[in-house]
Amino acid sequence: MSETIELIDKYVVKYGRTREALMPLLQAIVEEKNYLTRDDMAEIATRLNISAADVYGTASFYAFLDLEKRGKYVIRVCKSIIAEMKGKKEITKTLENVLKIKVGETTADGMFTLLETNDIGWSDKEPSMLINHTPYTDLTPDKVIQIITEYRNRH
Amino acid sequence: MNQSKLKRSDIIFGKYTPTDYNVLEKTVKRPPEEIISDIIKSGIRGRGGAGFPTGLKWKYAATLKSDEKYVVCNADEGEPGTFKDREILLRVPRKIFSGMAICGYVIGAKKGFLYLRGEYAFMLPQLYKDLEILDAKLKELALDFSIEIRLGSGAYVCGEETALFESMEGYRGEPRNKPPYPVVAGFRNKPTVINNVETIVTAQTICKIGPEDYANLGTTDSRGSKLFSVSGDTPIPGVYELELGMTLADFVEEYGDGDTKAVQVGGASGFCVPRKKFAETIIGFEGIPTGGSMMLFNNKRSMYHVLQNFLEFFCEESCGQCTPCRIGTQQLRDGLKAIKDKVKDEDYLETLLGLTETMKLSAKCGLGQSVANAFKSIVENFTEEMVY
Amino acid sequence: MEQLIQLTIDNIPVEVIEGTTILDAAKKIGVKIPTLCHHEDLCVAGNCRICVVEVQGQRNLSASCATPATNGMVIKTNTPKIRKTRRDLLGLLVSEHNTQCTTCYRSMNCELQLLASEYNVDNNIFLSVLKESDKKIDRSSYSIEKDPSKCIRCQRCVRTCSELQGVNALTVAHRGEHMRIETFMDLPLNEVVCTNCGQCVNRCPTGALTERRYFDFLWDAIGDPTKHVVMNTAPATRVVIGEAFGMPVGTRVTGKMVAAMKQLGMDSVLDTDFTADLTIIEEGTELLTRLKKLIVDGDKTQKFPMLTSCSPGWIKFIEHMYPDHLGHLSTCKSPQQMFGALAKTYYAEKKGLDPKNIVSVAIMPCAAKKYEANRPEMKASGYQDVDAGLTSRELSHMIKQAGIDFMRIEEKHYDSIMGESTGAGVIFGATGGVMEAALRTVYEIVTGREVPFKNLDITPVRGMEGIREASIKLENCVEAWKFLEGVEVKVAVAHGLLNARKIMDQIAAGTSPYHFIEVMACPGGCLGGGGQPIPTNEEIRKKRAQAIYEEDANMPKRKSHDNEEVQLLYKEFLGEANGHKSHELLHTHYTKRNKV
Repeated sequence: MSETIELIDKYVVKYGRTREALMPLLQAIVEEKNYLTRDDMAEIATRLNISAADVYGTASFYAFLDLEKRGKYVIRVCKSIIAEMKGKKEITKTLENVLKIKVGETTADGMFTLLETNDIGWSDKEPSMLINHTPYTDLTPDKVIQIITEYRNRH
Repeated sequence: MNQSKLKRSDIIFGKYTPTDYNVLEKTVKRPPEEIISDIIKSGIRGRGGAGFPTGLKWKYAATLKSDEKYVVCNADEGEPGTFKDREILLRVPRKIFSGMAICGYVIGAKKGFLYLRGEYAFMLPQLYKDLEILDAKLKELALDFSIEIRLGSGAYVCGEETALFESMEGYRGEPRNKPPYPVVAGFRNKPTVINNVETIVTAQTICKIGPEDYANLGTTDSRGSKLFSVSGDTPIPGVYELELGMTLADFVEEYGDGDTKAVQVGGASGFCVPRKKFAETIIGFEGIPTGGSMMLFNNKRSMYHVLQNFLEFFCEESCGQCTPCRIGTQQLRDGLKAIKDKVKDEDYLETLLGLTETMKLSAKCGLGQSVANAFKSIVENFTEEMVY
Repeated sequence: MEQLIQLTIDNIPVEVIEGTTILDAAKKIGVKIPTLCHHEDLCVAGNCRICVVEVQGQRNLSASCATPATNGMVIKTNTPKIRKTRRDLLGLLVSEHNTQCTTCYRSMNCELQLLASEYNVDNNIFLSVLKESDKKIDRSSYSIEKDPSKCIRCQRCVRTCSELQGVNALTVAHRGEHMRIETFMDLPLNEVVCTNCGQCVNRCPTGALTERRYFDFLWDAIGDPTKHVVMNTAPATRVVIGEAFGMPVGTRVTGKMVAAMKQLGMDSVLDTDFTADLTIIEEGTELLTRLKKLIVDGDKTQKFPMLTSCSPGWIKFIEHMYPDHLGHLSTCKSPQQMFGALAKTYYAEKKGLDPKNIVSVAIMPCAAKKYEANRPEMKASGYQDVDAGLTSRELSHMIKQAGIDFMRIEEKHYDSIMGESTGAGVIFGATGGVMEAALRTVYEIVTGREVPFKNLDITPVRGMEGIREASIKLENCVEAWKFLEGVEVKVAVAHGLLNARKIMDQIAAGTSPYHFIEVMACPGGCLGGGGQPIPTNEEIRKKRAQAIYEEDANMPKRKSHDNEEVQLLYKEFLGEANGHKSHELLHTHYTKRNKV
């Protein structure tokens, strides 16, 4: 909790206390820990002098402002029609196997969360996915395994 | 792929150095009226898909008296199958920034915003570096203008300009009632010119090459060239700059895999054209206008699945505030499935087609209105695939 | 300069001020365009789309509530295209709706039901897209029930909570097919900042937001021979009960209401106006005592302005939003709670009843009173002082359930002991009424003369302006109050919690110039309360206010201190105002609450 307050205070200095600061604030918290908690939103509401419900209503609108606990690395597999045509299903299955979780879940070690998302802007290089902000394109099952291994080896 | 019938162009990407702000420097020495006149003369219309004449937008904004005005560059490229703005942002960001600065100079805005979709956040470090170069240049030119980048967070509807303002102001990205239009009351309810990334860059390019050279490209109704995001069943997916006014037949001849059954022009909110209509279909404002998404489907593909994928997309990406869009999208998705599963009979397709008309007539914004496009064009051209 | 523009609607020419919406222009010539998300009290939303019309030259239809009329516009409001569109839209709303109208509290008073019927929407046009998750009803609150399965997402409640009340307990959450109206994190209503004011209930077009109903509890009590049921009716109920029986808005039905309640089988029908008068004595004394402590004793800790405490929605609001300023509140309980505390003590004694057998029920214009009755601190009598608070809507319902012909019933009088009231008590029902009643009494105590307003009508504190202020100079004071000689008492009146917020921000900033402020949670005061008949709008509230002031004008006694039963109560039971017994029974304390 006190960590959250410190974090929010830091960003309030940067973005201010107006309503316009809300999105950058929420994004900054998500950038740090990949999701928003009830306490985060309540604290932000207090800082901006708006209601906690307003903060929640706004955050829940945006797909990338997660309100559920997420792993250190959030994987978002593109599920556009082009991605489907180019083998997205296999990519998701590979990820599920490698990570031993289903779409929507987080690994027990809190390292990875596997999600699907709408078009991420790489239809020329599908299948594709984002891991946090980084796009990975022209995916194959082998490539996916390699990418995950690399992420695991970072620790 | 010999003897292409398509007219290629290379005004967007061309030769590029990130520090070359010659066009900006020269342009801001000219009177604003002259620049507006050039943009109008060039005939360029908005490249995001809606096609409003860019010059008129700038002109109107310039005439308005206001303590604050804004230039907003819409980089919330979320239309399925579209990735041309990504290439612009990655390859020629300087052109975006100078285009915005020129627009600011012309309309009397001191502040510009680039609203970048969350999916493109990976570009931020480089964009900030480029912005530093711009800032130095603006200082040198004593031009009172600055650009701030605002990030989206995964919401397609924020590409709708008033939803984008809501998002920038810290609210849910729900489209506003119009009128008032952005040019009168946009960001922070101040006069705002909001242009798509490609529009801004093209306007900048027109300042460089002159309106005549630009107007010589394309056709009378669709001046200039445009970027196309080509994807799907094509051996050569990618971004291509082509003159407007081509037929879809010529396009497919060049980009198809020899077995093209349909092309979805303009993304999920665009139109599906079946093979038999390729020859008669012109890509441009006289035919099918497009933000540039060209998705090719060959005979192996189920158009039912294509449509269901689009409908699922709309069910998720509708902001949900208005009745026709929030519920209409669900009815189309569930209804189509019910027909396929024989829960509803074939006649129900007519009810659904009638519903798309209602959505088009009554939805609050372009998102809800355009769901009808894909649904109608796919269902009418591939009825059998929907039912059996 | 306001510019006039001309347009035609359904071939009828109409002239309106520039900026008028098509909807209002149509209203002007008697063309009714159906609406759902639109509400006169709220800003334009334009999201239900039911009000679409054809504007010549436009490819798509326009939402008439959100589109300004322009000069030369040619508008059609009723064409096959429009009817088909509206019918589809209604069909869509119905497909998302829990259509069990037969079991709905709002049946026959539901805007969706009415329109669906008008447009003959066939339920089977579309598949049901009602979500399982929407079928969970939130009954956590003592006051308000939230049933998402009946929500049409018009956002009237969200706008009410924000624009009128400044509370923002409700928000639009999620998007697309999952978009719904939620509290913070979808927490139960009793865990969030909801003030229970019920203004959302008044503006909900369907049965998604309703008050918690307690009439079954009341029927059981009436039917139980061991129980003695004591009712008290709030000032603002007597001018609205007729609405449910088709009488014009603003009809005074005090006698009929009393008669109907007696016929329902209550053992005693008494008047909350009695404790309203009592409140004036207690609160007026408290104000004068605070002034005395400040001026004579030099006690700078006395909090000014003093704030009224009759409105439970307001109390919960200040507890959540301004927990550091609770000292400004008068410690007086609301008339409902004073009544409850006395019903099971004084009244029981007088009647020779065992208080455990008394069921004390209040008929209120209010949703928040239900919560107030259940506050843990409200047990001064040794029992729960008020067993249930029912809205005026619930009472109308009970009268119907009992088959009483309200139109024909003979008027009756309140029972005695705690049944007498004055005009001062009656005007508690309108914004400004508590202030007016207080001034009528306080001024007279201090100066020995009646307030210097014609017919005792203190008009500066009346009306519908969000915040009103007045001042009254105390001159030629009687001996005991000489220290107030020459003091100009500054007062203010605020109604609607957004206005309360303005008042509180001033207090928090230390810039409030007032001595005494009346705050009512609901727009218009209790007459516009969250338990009053639906619909509501400013015109309706003004008519009810007029009825209240008429009732006051027609009362033989119009000053609280003239209430003989109140005088007797002090003599026989309480002793003196703000005395020991008063503090025990009639005063309370407040609780700091969180901001979520």
